[in-house]
Amino acid sequence: MSTSTREKPSIVGSGILVVGAIYCLVPVVWVFMASSKSPSDLFSTFTYAPGGSLFDNIAELTDYRDGLFWRWMLNTGLYAGVGAALSTLVSAMAGYAMAKYRFRGRTAIFNILLAGVLVPGVVLAVPQYLLFAKLGMTNTYWSVLLPSLISPYGIYLARIYVSAAVPDEVIEAARTDGARDARVFRSVVMPMMVPGLVTIFLFQFVAIWNNFLLPYVMLGDDRLFPVTVGLSSLLNQGAQQPALYSVVVTGALLSILPLLALFLLLQRFWQVDLAAGAVKS
Amino acid sequence: MTSLTNDRVSSPPEKLPDPSPGSRRARNPRAPYVFMLPAVVLFVFSIAVPIMYTAFLSLRTVKVQGLGLGPGSRTEVWAGLSNYGRTLSDGDFLSSVLRVLGYGLVVIPVMLGLALLFALLLDSVRVRARRFSRLVIFMPYAVPAVISSLLWGFLYLPAVSPFTYAADQVGVTLPQPMAPGLVLFAIANIAVWGGVGFNMIVLYTALRSIPSELYEAARIDGCNELQIAWRIKIPVILPSLIMTSVFGMITTLQVFAEPTVLRPLTNNISTSWSPLMMIYRDAFTRNDIYSASATSVVLAVATFVLSFGFLRLVQNRAFAQENR
Repeated sequence: MSTSTREKPSIVGSGILVVGAIYCLVPVVWVFMASSKSPSDLFSTFTYAPGGSLFDNIAELTDYRDGLFWRWMLNTGLYAGVGAALSTLVSAMAGYAMAKYRFRGRTAIFNILLAGVLVPGVVLAVPQYLLFAKLGMTNTYWSVLLPSLISPYGIYLARIYVSAAVPDEVIEAARTDGARDARVFRSVVMPMMVPGLVTIFLFQFVAIWNNFLLPYVMLGDDRLFPVTVGLSSLLNQGAQQPALYSVVVTGALLSILPLLALFLLLQRFWQVDLAAGAVKS
Repeated sequence: MTSLTNDRVSSPPEKLPDPSPGSRRARNPRAPYVFMLPAVVLFVFSIAVPIMYTAFLSLRTVKVQGLGLGPGSRTEVWAGLSNYGRTLSDGDFLSSVLRVLGYGLVVIPVMLGLALLFALLLDSVRVRARRFSRLVIFMPYAVPAVISSLLWGFLYLPAVSPFTYAADQVGVTLPQPMAPGLVLFAIANIAVWGGVGFNMIVLYTALRSIPSELYEAARIDGCNELQIAWRIKIPVILPSLIMTSVFGMITTLQVFAEPTVLRPLTNNISTSWSPLMMIYRDAFTRNDIYSASATSVVLAVATFVLSFGFLRLVQNRAFAQENR
């Protein structure tokens, strides 16, 4: 930018921003340090002093009930990864239909979906549990996966994105060439939607990974837990067995590393326009 | 355009050209319904039916005959509105609602104020370390509430807290963050930490879409950065601020993970700290799904009315700004 060379830097402004960044780093730096401490050092050495026991802690964590932690990680990948991918597809199809077709009930469906944006996930977890319990479907992978597939906000974003990024002429041209609806969607619309789909995927991934209550109420068998519910149950046991605290902290570190990496890799997709779904990049 | 515009939604937003005879051949009138089908089925199964079933349960109760032992001694009967009456007059429920409202009054202004401040700084060419700060402040969004509560929970313990340590070095005794009067702020801090970066990015994206001619002119007229921020930038991104407030309100009313995770570390968080925790307690600890259903309905309706009402209330003003 041309002005940046002309204007002198603002010390106060830069200072505030850096203090904000340091505040955000406080727990993140701590979890790196704490997971390298032995259980006896965790509460005795200086908070930010590193220890030499990271690999012992990881081994301890891996030993816990024959690698249950890694199973929780895989479960999380299944719930959040597969759930978000399927949810993105569902949202893309519905968003495309509402953006590019006229059909009876379109406005009504869209308004109902908008209402769904205002009463989202967490409040629904207990009602979803009550229904699934009636159907005898609790304590299964499906009980967490199925409710995660619908995302009113994702459908909203997909609709706005298709309207903005896919011109009618392109669809008409494909149709004139004789392409059927499914083919138009798969070969023409989907490729043009990729940046929007990545954003919807990330939103839904974070939403599922963040929804603690749903798996917490649905699942009784701890082999089905996602890592969030698993670590919270470990923390509960820590009250009786303080040695577990090191395991919990190490687990917390390992559980956030993949997502931190994913965020850094995909950060250009995070230009979040809440209404338009990050069209600009 | 940065707003979640209802007008864009309700008015036909896209014009389709009249289908030419050639394209009519390829167009299947059932196609949009096929595309909508998975979403509609999932919506009905995961959202509509659970809500209706919960509403149904909220009107039911269990009648116990004799000692309540043996088959047939417990039957489900209609209860009218008595579950609602109990919920609305329950002291635990009322205090959890008040607590969460107070919590929201702390979280939302602090979180959005900081997010706006950081977004404006990111948008200012005179500020250094912008790329680094943007990345780092956004990072907590990748950390789920359970994990961030766990990390802060440890940092709140006197044996671990760096703040207690620093204060000890200079001979000051800090109050414990999880003491009875402060635990609300300890939980609020976790929510602010987790949410400020995301909201910052939302507001920053909105700021970036303002055409720069808009403030070049103001600059030539002699406005300083502060005046430009106050007079131009904030009014223009008002719709985004409104949306972030609505989403903030929704998440605040549903607070569950943070206090639940902190509970093993302190005695000062009751099982009915927030409305959702109370619903959980009624449904799973007390096995009273009928009361839990009634409370769920009340909470869902309250969330909806509050966020919808807020949207309606501020919308006219926001779009008056936008259409100027």
